[in-house]
Amino acid sequence: MSRILSCFAELKQSQRTALIPFITAGDFEPALTVPLMHALVESGADVIELGIPFSDPMADGPVIQKAAERALKHNVSLRDVLQMVAEFRQRDALTPVLLMGYLNPVEVMGYEAFAVEASEAGVDGVLIVDLPPEEGGEILPLLYAHQIDPVFLIAPTSDASRIQKICDASRGYVYYVSLKGITGAGHLDLDSVAQKVSKIREITQLPIGVGFGIKDAATAEAMGKLADAVIVGSAIVQRIAQHQGDAEAAIRAVSSFVSELRAGLDRF
Amino acid sequence: MAIEIPTNWHEMPDQRGHFGPYGGIFVSETLMGALSELNLAYEHYMQDETFLGELDADLANYVGRPSPLYHAERWSRELGGAQIYLKREDLNHTGAHKVNNTIGQALLAKRMDKSRIIAETGAGQHGVATATVAARLGLECVVYMGEVDIARQEANVYRMRLLGAEVVAVTSGSRTLKDALNEAMRDWVTNVDDTFYIIGTVAGPHPYPAMVRDFQTIIGREARRQIVEMTGGLPDALIACVGGGSNAIGLFHPFLNDNDVAIYGVEAAGDGLDTGRHAAPLCAGSPGVLHGNRTYLMEDENGQIIETHSISAGLDYPGVGPEHAWLKDTQRANYVAITDDEALLAFHALTRIEGIIPALESSHALAYAMKLAPQMQPEQKLLVNLSGRGDKDMHTVAAREGIKL
Repeated sequence: MSRILSCFAELKQSQRTALIPFITAGDFEPALTVPLMHALVESGADVIELGIPFSDPMADGPVIQKAAERALKHNVSLRDVLQMVAEFRQRDALTPVLLMGYLNPVEVMGYEAFAVEASEAGVDGVLIVDLPPEEGGEILPLLYAHQIDPVFLIAPTSDASRIQKICDASRGYVYYVSLKGITGAGHLDLDSVAQKVSKIREITQLPIGVGFGIKDAATAEAMGKLADAVIVGSAIVQRIAQHQGDAEAAIRAVSSFVSELRAGLDRF
Repeated sequence: MAIEIPTNWHEMPDQRGHFGPYGGIFVSETLMGALSELNLAYEHYMQDETFLGELDADLANYVGRPSPLYHAERWSRELGGAQIYLKREDLNHTGAHKVNNTIGQALLAKRMDKSRIIAETGAGQHGVATATVAARLGLECVVYMGEVDIARQEANVYRMRLLGAEVVAVTSGSRTLKDALNEAMRDWVTNVDDTFYIIGTVAGPHPYPAMVRDFQTIIGREARRQIVEMTGGLPDALIACVGGGSNAIGLFHPFLNDNDVAIYGVEAAGDGLDTGRHAAPLCAGSPGVLHGNRTYLMEDENGQIIETHSISAGLDYPGVGPEHAWLKDTQRANYVAITDDEALLAFHALTRIEGIIPALESSHALAYAMKLAPQMQPEQKLLVNLSGRGDKDMHTVAAREGIKL
């Protein structure tokens, strides 16, 4: 069983909701990433989403866009990101790591090289924001073959037939985008999220993660009641930005925030 | 990958917007529904006689079509080779070919009950053309424009504001056209229910490359008829500048099945292809995925998009329409590049010899005509798309020459 699936199976047994923090690899400096990943796990993260920096992050709001810009100042490449995962794996063999990013860096590296090297580095899954399942004909078989779980987004605008198509292509979990818009934006409408999540449950057995717009323990708690996992990105990245230049302070601030989120999730 | 040469060049793209390996739909899930809704509307209305009648009437009475085909006799004589014919898109309402497309898309937006229009713009011509049709149809209009472009195209910014559009300065990334496109995509993903995104070029996710092309082929359809009427035959070669490539595909497409007509797309070589400071993805880039489609890009070895440079804001874009990528690989069209300096020479030549001030974008096509025409015979014909007029570029040209206006 993949690391992602066994992680969710275990959580289900203990009736807990997975906490999935997102950070951008190399933000605000490459040396921060691996220690920060360990700190995320120690503070209660179950899975880590690690962003691959990209020059044109069209689906991201200003917070994550700026994180990518900070990482790119250090020329953090996709291969550097894989190297970080390999380094993380030296001390953590259990926590699933999912890469999240845009297609072009993967395309330029080559699909097969990516699948092989990501698998060797200890990557468990990948979410490519601008790759709908329809365009996955070439890359998906390579990912499946190398035990990399492709995770796809489901949006408020996805109808039943699209949800079916997305779930068919997904492994590991599916990621429901809780609002129309970019990362870090807007206000959550819990009722509509609840409705959509139960629709998705009728279609798939896969765990459902919910993300976009979760900014504190209270929203995490509310979302945690509906979903199998909550994903928190901008609110964490914001804290890294606030402590630019001071790695220890950044790790402290993120750890304490993630612990709050964890407590929120474990409250019910 | 082996490239298949089609027998009918007009049968592209496929159902999901592929031109061979290029094109397609590479967007986040939130936009998939909107794109399929748009695709249905586009496919429906392009067969709808009432819609097409309304479009034709607007192109005739509002834009002033057909635009003339002009034989630049004096310039041809001076260059001492082929006869040069200029397709006068500069005489359209708003001063460039861009309005052919914005009229079409705005009529579509109206049919789809969208109350809000957004657009990205580089030189400002597409922004102006969008703000113009939005004003006429009473639609709310927001135009995203890079901060750098706002500084070099002040007059167009003012025009857009006069027309009632909100111009939003984009301060991320290189603060030019590509970043404006990113920002417009972010707006669309947030306001997808009531908003219609009018993309200004033949890039973006399907159906945009096909749809924008179809609205722009009026250029080539007219030009083909006009040159046959004027000269009794087809031209020997076509030339158009290529940023995203909408004026070029508009001219080229109706001639693609005419195998004897050579086709040249002219990219911006900026300071020179060997300097790295240019905007010529077809001549000096490599394939990748950006802004919803697979195409040639200006990118580094890690797949990051690199900054482009051109004196012409309208060509300052790191990607290009996917159909051009495919025409390049199939060798149906040739892609070449012209430097800032060469474009300026052509700008002055046409202004002084024919009394026509061309846009800096179009000056790239004219500069290539200056190279090609002398290698051809006087009985041969070169058809050049004069895609826009140069009024908007007065400040850029003057500043370059050390003159303060």
